[in-house]
Amino acid sequence: MEFSEHIKTANVEDVVLRRPFHPPMQGTLCVTGHHLLFSNRDGDSSRLVLLLLRNIDAIEKRPSGSSGTITLKCKDLCVLQLDIPGMEECLNIARSIEYLSSLDIVSDMYPFFYRPLKLSLQDQWGLSSAEQNYAQMEELQDRWRLSHVNKDYSVCPSYPPAVIVPHSIDDETLVKVAKFRQGGRFPVLCYYHRKNGMVIMRSSQPLTGANRKRCREDELLLQAVIDGSGLGYIIDTRSNQQAQQARMTGGGFESKSSYSCWKRLHRQLERGKVLQESLIKLVEACGDHSHSVDRWLSKLENSKWLSHVHTALATAGLLAECVERDGHSVLVHGSEGTDTTLLVSSLAQLILDPKTRTLAGFLGLLEREWLLAGHPFQQRCAHSAYSHARLRLEAPVFVLLLDCVWQLARQFPLAMGFSEPLLLRLAMEVYASDYGTFLCNSDQERCAAGVKERTHCLFQFLLKPSERERYSNPLYEPTELAIWPSVQPQSLQLWRGLFLRWTQHAVHLEKAQEELRNLVIECRGAS
Amino acid sequence: MEHILTPKVEEVKLLDRYTAKKPAIGTLYLTATHLIFVETSCNTRKETWMLHHLIATVEKLPLTAMGCPLHISCKNFHVAHFVISSERDCQNVHQSLVRLSQPGKVEELYAFLYNPKQDDDERRNGWGFIDSAMDFKRMGLPNEFWEMTDLNKNYELCSTYHSELGIPKTASKGTVFGSAKFRSRGRIPTLSYYHKESNAAICRCSQPLSGLSGRCVEDEEMLQAISRANPKSTFMYVVDTRPKLNAMANRAAGKGYENEDNYSNIRFQFVGIENIHVMRNSLQKLLEVCAMKSPTMSDYLTGLENSGWLRHIKAVMDAGVFLAKALAEDKASVLVHCSDGWDRTAQVCSLASILLDPFYRTIKGLMVLIEKEWISMGHKFTQRCGHVDGDPKEVSPVFTQFIECLWNLMEQYPCGFEYNEKYLLEIHNHVYSCQFGNFIGNCQREREEMRLYERTFSVWPFLWENRHQYRNPLHKCSLGREVLRPSTLPLNFKFWCGMYNHFDKGMQPKQSILDHLLTITQKKAEGEKKMTDLQRQLAVMDGVLADQGSPTGTPPEQTSLSPESVSHTAENAKPLMNGAAVEEAEIELVPTAGSEKMEPVAIEN
Repeated sequence: MEFSEHIKTANVEDVVLRRPFHPPMQGTLCVTGHHLLFSNRDGDSSRLVLLLLRNIDAIEKRPSGSSGTITLKCKDLCVLQLDIPGMEECLNIARSIEYLSSLDIVSDMYPFFYRPLKLSLQDQWGLSSAEQNYAQMEELQDRWRLSHVNKDYSVCPSYPPAVIVPHSIDDETLVKVAKFRQGGRFPVLCYYHRKNGMVIMRSSQPLTGANRKRCREDELLLQAVIDGSGLGYIIDTRSNQQAQQARMTGGGFESKSSYSCWKRLHRQLERGKVLQESLIKLVEACGDHSHSVDRWLSKLENSKWLSHVHTALATAGLLAECVERDGHSVLVHGSEGTDTTLLVSSLAQLILDPKTRTLAGFLGLLEREWLLAGHPFQQRCAHSAYSHARLRLEAPVFVLLLDCVWQLARQFPLAMGFSEPLLLRLAMEVYASDYGTFLCNSDQERCAAGVKERTHCLFQFLLKPSERERYSNPLYEPTELAIWPSVQPQSLQLWRGLFLRWTQHAVHLEKAQEELRNLVIECRGAS
Repeated sequence: MEHILTPKVEEVKLLDRYTAKKPAIGTLYLTATHLIFVETSCNTRKETWMLHHLIATVEKLPLTAMGCPLHISCKNFHVAHFVISSERDCQNVHQSLVRLSQPGKVEELYAFLYNPKQDDDERRNGWGFIDSAMDFKRMGLPNEFWEMTDLNKNYELCSTYHSELGIPKTASKGTVFGSAKFRSRGRIPTLSYYHKESNAAICRCSQPLSGLSGRCVEDEEMLQAISRANPKSTFMYVVDTRPKLNAMANRAAGKGYENEDNYSNIRFQFVGIENIHVMRNSLQKLLEVCAMKSPTMSDYLTGLENSGWLRHIKAVMDAGVFLAKALAEDKASVLVHCSDGWDRTAQVCSLASILLDPFYRTIKGLMVLIEKEWISMGHKFTQRCGHVDGDPKEVSPVFTQFIECLWNLMEQYPCGFEYNEKYLLEIHNHVYSCQFGNFIGNCQREREEMRLYERTFSVWPFLWENRHQYRNPLHKCSLGREVLRPSTLPLNFKFWCGMYNHFDKGMQPKQSILDHLLTITQKKAEGEKKMTDLQRQLAVMDGVLADQGSPTGTPPEQTSLSPESVSHTAENAKPLMNGAAVEEAEIELVPTAGSEKMEPVAIEN
């Protein structure tokens, strides 16, 4: 595609840029296929501001006399303003931004054009394969096997080619089970608890439908999971009522009569539109600078964002408790099994498994549980909190995960190998990125689009020594213990680092983080 | 001791406040000073101590199948739910605690029993450790505009003020006495803080007795004199910290506020902080929110909003910021009052001082500030904290609010303060516990009459001695004389879990960054000390240095942050006690109640 068709005005002089923490700046604005480029030459020094067009969530234009003002609201929640002389130039630029910020052909997106000198396309893409993961976990190999039944993505389009399933269940059975689960997402292993051999499985809902259809193979598979241990738990991330209703549209749940060794627990986690609207309300509340505490608290409450954080953490805690304290295996699902299911299963792993709390371990968890497990990033993150576009499939499930991880890290500041800046970086990259990692909706789509050959991998980049340094937690002291978060409302807080990032207040907090890092390094040097 | 009917009850259950966890079982002891619960159900020995005087309410609930519930809540927000199997025992404990927690007279307070084994000299030195008069010297007083007067040395001018007051040089004795007659309880305008950089000052007083139309020439002269003491400014602010409606209602009672027409060049301003009764009720509601068993997030946030508590905290902070801005930016002096000028006025003046002057952001500076703006200016600690049985309508969390504003500031400026959250909590605890004499009495004169300085000890040297626990490892002195300009947007005011749920350990972060930093910085300092000692010894062996006979002699104090500096405790204060080992007066039982802890906290041995 020729981007130039959509750029009527490529350059404007004497534009004024206003952005948080900086005095207004005058300079030249330039529109390219993927960026807004603002440069200012002030005597000898020249400054450059580069903004990825993909990052722009909403654009508002306001004419004033012969000139115009464009307000850019970004997906990283930053708000910028451009004062552009010349009405026509202003409108041209606005039109270009509108078009170029919402390209929807994957191969047109910036990661396919990003070619930094220090990275090579020959570098490994992704952190590790399912084969490597499986090979590393020797202790589970006598009861669990790696199945390649999905090697051409025909059994489940949103699953990776290789998955871990009970040894006794052959591929033929898996194909039958897949037909009984929405989107073919049959139960697979996502976590093996070394201490007691219990596992966390995840899937989508069973397609029992209104007439309570059964699937022998599905029952067999779940029976094989709890072989010997007697009882398993199913955590359904919908309310009992929602699960009942799902039967009307062909979905359903595992009934007691068909799955007698499994006990269902329902915890209602919000998803989809409700979650997206919650984020929009929260961001709106954070931007309201009127001076009433009552109004703020009421808006915060009304956004329900913290309620979602609360429920997600509480459910993950419940799941971890089933595994660690009660010694039972657990199957998690909601309806599609691509959103709240992943949220709960990955949080539970952070609680239980010290390996997922290192920088590399956490990125590995995200790769396994979100990228390979088929969270539809492109659909969920098409727009963020400012967009006026009609909502389609957007939902900030991943941002909610990052918020919950931040809450965990706040309660256990020494237990995580990574720090808040990493979470903030991920919250930004997931919406707009130079890297291909969060493109597309599944592994299959990524392979089809050539993402792994033609873009760079964010996770690999974040593990380079220079970046690793920046995103590591200076206070990190590994613990083998489970980290049980408190989920009393008083113990949870608004994630200021993300939602209030562009207020002045943040500057002192950032300085404090820097100070803390220096202090720790100094102390380490001395001892 | 005659109040203790049952000194020991066995098989008592201590319930977790929030979760349905299995209750702890143990023995409850009543001593002359503390209630102690010793857990016997677990292998680790766990003790819960509650000082009688900290108990705010004790409630006996109707008998249940488990036994007879006894709910105790303390002024430091420690809450304990006991269940005692025998109703009679419960009745006895309840009756004893009601009596012990509400002493009839001041002399029964803990401070009069507490003896850290010091002689009179040490006690006297301890009381001299913090001297608010020294602070005026630090600000550069007396100077060409301000002087210290002893017109109040016999408390004839104002019975609730300190004996030494800062007033403008040009105010005559007649003006001062005349103004005193026109101010509620004689609380004349007097200097609170002098801002060297701008020559502007914060002065404080009580409301004028203006009624609907009254005026007083001397009072007008007094304000003129304050204005003249800041020659570069053409006006001064008069800030009434009350809501306008309240101030107007006072006019009908012969009190009121300054009429701008009668005073030349003043800019009058209301800032709308509610009165002590509103604050007391608001705290009550906040504590009800904290007491909810398993609230949803919405219940909690709605409860927080309805309590109004954070709204009040913000109002106090707004007023403090207004004052600091007036001095630092407008270079104008400010006169502050509320009704009597001992509650809201104290909050606002001390907050503004902290914003303006980094000295008050140091460990010692905060002691000086509290001594100066609260203790010596007649904040009625005995009444506001309900130290003795009295009018419950006089009780109000005014000081708590000040400490909370300070905490909010620290949250915004993590590197701006020499002290940490523990210091605030410790001070708050001492204000209510009455282990030391500082916060007993309603004004200076009362303290003298009670001979507190001979009969009790001062808390400041004790805190100073333990200052290594209270320092903020992130503190940066390089901020210099910077005036703090905190954001007072509503979203910056947070619920203070560390205060209101301090004793609910499960709700605090499970690992503390502060503790970690304190440990590693201390280790580093120890390492450095060892290194210097070794170098010194080497030098002695090499004959470069003369042996001074003390291998442990430390080099000169390096930084104020160094924990070693504890060993050469301050010039004016001898160590009050060795570490935390303190002997208690009159504790009778305690095979185990170890003489280790004064504070009612759970200890795990």
